[in-house]
Amino acid sequence: MSRTHVETSVNGEPAEFLCQPSETLLDALRNQLGLTGTKEGCGTGDCGACSVMLDGQLVPACLVLAPEVEGRSVETIEGIARGEKLHPLQRKFLEHAALQCGICTPGFIVAAKALLEKNPSPTEAQARYYLAGNLCRCTGYDKIIRAVLDAGAEMRGESA
Amino acid sequence: MPSARYEAPRSVKEAVQLLGADRDARVLAGGTDLLVQSKTGRVSPSAYVDVKRIPELMQLQLGASGLRCGAAVPAARIYANEELRRRWPGLAEATDLIGSSQIQGRASWGGNLCNASPAADTVPALLVCGAEVAIAGPKGERTLPVAEFTTGPGTSVLGPGELVVEFRVPAPPARTADAYLRLIPRSEMDIAVVGAGVQLTLAADGGCTAARVAIGAVAPTARLVPAAAQALVGSRLDDAALARAAEAARAAVQAIDDKRGTIDYRRQVTGVLVVRAARIAAERAAAAHN
Repeated sequence: MSRTHVETSVNGEPAEFLCQPSETLLDALRNQLGLTGTKEGCGTGDCGACSVMLDGQLVPACLVLAPEVEGRSVETIEGIARGEKLHPLQRKFLEHAALQCGICTPGFIVAAKALLEKNPSPTEAQARYYLAGNLCRCTGYDKIIRAVLDAGAEMRGESA
Repeated sequence: MPSARYEAPRSVKEAVQLLGADRDARVLAGGTDLLVQSKTGRVSPSAYVDVKRIPELMQLQLGASGLRCGAAVPAARIYANEELRRRWPGLAEATDLIGSSQIQGRASWGGNLCNASPAADTVPALLVCGAEVAIAGPKGERTLPVAEFTTGPGTSVLGPGELVVEFRVPAPPARTADAYLRLIPRSEMDIAVVGAGVQLTLAADGGCTAARVAIGAVAPTARLVPAAAQALVGSRLDDAALARAAEAARAAVQAIDDKRGTIDYRRQVTGVLVVRAARIAAERAAAAHN
């Protein structure tokens, strides 16, 4: 089948690629654009490792077809830091040792950023429920949640 | 995934033409069921007809007469609507139970209904709110109560070339409110073992003057249980009336044993959830000014 040309915006910059019409956004990001930060954990929308923002909405990139992003805007883990300056979530994940193998981490950071933008002051329960679609096999989640809540506190200007 | 065409019609008419011309083309809203099924080989579409560039399927409008929600509006946008949450709390909470935050960025009422899983979370809630769907097809448009849409697991009354355009939910009368509860084995990200929706209208003295009860995941399709509603109407929602409603709901269960629950367990829990949902709906109705 002939390939589809897609023009889109990724992390604030224009981007374009060729893809199969039924290729997923996840595959296009990784294989066409070389943005391998977004991971495939399951391919069925259950694990959250492929979390990206599409037009400001948190979505699983494995369940978005690449041609759908024509004219839309995509944000991935690669767009979270500002050059060398880490986002508070990234710093807190490091401080709290909220990662081991790191495969789930990009998805968690994209999702947690979406959470804190929607609800700058989540309770622990609210954070856990919001992030229920992000699975981690290494850490047991405790440090991840502490990192997210701590990042939230810093972003609200509250941390010690 | 086997390769398929991608189409992005800009109008309902264009979508109808595309679907009518190719019997193996499938409507793509959020893709949270369709793309998963494609990946596992359960379905093999020849084309994905992405309906999210069609304005009528993406609009969400609330007014005095009720709400109109395009078939492809994502759950996250539905739940983010404060007025919708206030006027239809049960429908909102059912929508918010779907999947995960990520899945809710994509999943839609249209997809939930058309995928026709017996365990679809929004369907019992839509049933008790008296929802209708507007369908477009080669022979024109028609509207249908949601209660008449699904015919069995994975099957509906949609004919060739037809698609669901929007949902219409009437404004609840004064002192009316709904509630939806679901039991799943885990705390999140699972498929309903039992779902129960209730909508109640109360008189000023607290007596129940109207009711709808629907159960999900315990029959080939989600279903209204008129006998359970009748047990509540005319009562003060006392324990005896609630128990009769629970019994009627249990009698309507036509479940299967599977890895999530046995028939007996599902029947037992159906009664429990109907009573709890009725109590929540009643508290909300008493406070609802609508």
